[in-house]
Amino acid sequence: MKVLVSVKRVVDFNVKIRVRPDGSGVELANVKMSMNPFDEIAVEEAVRLKEQGKATEIVAVSIGPQQAGETIRTALAMGADRGLLVKTDAAVEPLAVAKILKGVIAQEQPDLVIMGKQAIDDDSNQTGQMLAALLGWPQGTFAFKVNVGEGAVDVTREVDGGLQTVGLKLPAIVTTDLRLNEPRYASLPNIMKAKKKPLDETSPEALGVDVAPRLKVLKTAEPGGRKAGVKVASVAELVSKLKTEAGVL
Amino acid sequence: MTTLLIAEHDNAHLKDATHKALSAAKALGAPVHVLVAGANARAAAEAAAKLDGVEKVLLADAPAYEHMLAEPTAALIVSLAGSYDALVAPSTSNGKNIMPRVAALLDVMQVSDITKVVSPDTFERPIYAGNAIQTVQATDPKKVITVRTAAFPAAGEGGLAAIENVNAAADPQVSSFKGEEIAKSDRPELTSARIIISGGRSLGSAENFKTYIEPIADKLGAAMGASRAAVDAGYAPNDWQVGQTGKVVAPDLYIAVGISGAIQHLAGMKDSKVIVAINKDEEAPIFQVADYGLVGDLFTILPELNSALSNPSA
Ligand SMILES: Cc1cc2nc3c(=O)[nH]c(=O)nc-3n(C[C@H](O)[C@H](O)[C@H](O)COP(=O)(O)OP(=O)(O)OC[C@H]3O[C@@H](n4cnc5c(N)ncnc54)[C@H](O)[C@@H]3O)c2cc1C
Ligand SMILES: Nc1ncnc2c1ncn2[C@@H]1O[C@H](COP(=O)(O)O)[C@@H](O)[C@H]1O
Repeated sequence: MKVLVSVKRVVDFNVKIRVRPDGSGVELANVKMSMNPFDEIAVEEAVRLKEQGKATEIVAVSIGPQQAGETIRTALAMGADRGLLVKTDAAVEPLAVAKILKGVIAQEQPDLVIMGKQAIDDDSNQTGQMLAALLGWPQGTFAFKVNVGEGAVDVTREVDGGLQTVGLKLPAIVTTDLRLNEPRYASLPNIMKAKKKPLDETSPEALGVDVAPRLKVLKTAEPGGRKAGVKVASVAELVSKLKTEAGVL
Repeated sequence: MTTLLIAEHDNAHLKDATHKALSAAKALGAPVHVLVAGANARAAAEAAAKLDGVEKVLLADAPAYEHMLAEPTAALIVSLAGSYDALVAPSTSNGKNIMPRVAALLDVMQVSDITKVVSPDTFERPIYAGNAIQTVQATDPKKVITVRTAAFPAAGEGGLAAIENVNAAADPQVSSFKGEEIAKSDRPELTSARIIISGGRSLGSAENFKTYIEPIADKLGAAMGASRAAVDAGYAPNDWQVGQTGKVVAPDLYIAVGISGAIQHLAGMKDSKVIVAINKDEEAPIFQVADYGLVGDLFTILPELNSALSNPSA
């Protein structure tokens, strides 16, 4: 079974971003970038499937600028076999990412695609579902547990109120939630080995995908601030303030 | 033309998320129809027909929709989409699962998790865990929108809409429902509760959630929440997670107990009306957003709080 994973290069989750004062966007110069955390979970899941003898090959794909190649190298160091960079300097929206991945999938013919549920920069939570739609494949989103069988996969999903398990025919799309696994750190020898693994390059144009945005960003602003309130000295003071001052009890 | 709102329900009841998403749908300025897709879901459709500002309810009642699986439900919505300018759903796990599939089938870029309707094609939505707010204009002829329910008030009742049955669409038959574990609880749901008390990693165990947090939640009629660290450690169920990648809430009162206040957690609760933080570290970032901060050990503070709440004169 061949598995494809998508990995996005995003601002590291520990960085508190700053909005440009002129409202033109978020300041990305000299900011630490990393693999989207949900995509680390996707790579980890694929590598575990390979270790269990269920997956035979793992291809990691990223759509982004030249530096997204580093993100693919991280996936290779974690255990993916090959990489593909779809190089573009444009900001690509989820619908166009899904179209690009559809083009890649036509060439690669994977049986299973594992993606993150959400990129922590745009917080869209769309791309996996869109890709499943474009391919006419089933989707197991927000995966908590993935159980690959013969020609099918059971996905237990984190949903409002608890967990839900769906059975999907392969090929299928899975998107990861936080509890699916704990991604490994790449070891130094594996990082060295990853430098020799194949990393191909293509472009949205070569795949015939128009990446012109459908959403026009008119403005990016700081959220309304919240000011720190007061420290209270005791439980009694807290309860009394909540009753009289705040009026919420 | 018209807006179609996809209802969130459990077949027997309409969920509060529908009432809130309806406020966003109405703000688009066009008449609103509500789609109830379910199995034996007449009761949910009748509840939707009573909502203020709903012109018509479409009821698609078929076994394929019992669990609102994405593949058949998206096919149904696409079969109805021709008559609508905008398709709207709350950002519940169903809405997030189904709507992008609908959008892609219609070749539309979805606008996720809107917090404000600026005009029928222009919306505000948070990015980077709510650390920036984008104003976006959707240029596709049809709009597909999910709504952050915490940002909109619940629409009231007072309507009397007709219920029209609609046919099921062909089921792609690539997916099936295998089972679920849904916690039964008499507590209010996190996303509609007026008061929430959440615990963090420092609670140390599921038993401590029961011993220290639960009695207070009972007294306040509050929902219980948790940080990711508490959920990951198995102290609280998955769907209690509040934050960027969990539930986004805005209750009248949010009490954060032993939660440090990472940006990913703040993203899910910083729009609460009143925030209380209890933490033994006076430098904890949670205090920067708290209206009332109490520095100290939660294992002594919570029992005191519990008895103070039992004593009406306190
Ligand atoms: C991709 C991604 C998504 C994430 N999504 C979310 C999300 O949706 N929601 C979320 O919450 N987090 C999320 N996180 C995790 C987030 O970054 C933090 O790690 C997490 O919120 C920390 O949880 P915590 O505050 O319980 O634990 P800690 O950060 O360990 O804080 C524990 C706090 O308890 C205090 N404390 C300890 N003992 C006591 C005591 N006896 N009495 C009182 N106070 C005490 C400490 O001073 C400390 O402030 C996400 C992270 C990533 C990478
Ligand atoms: N530019 C990209 N390159 C690779 N994968 C992507 C890209 N954009 C989105 N994805 C994948 O889609 C998931 C969901 O992203 P989003 O829909 O933007 O929240 C991510 O976790 C990635 O797995």
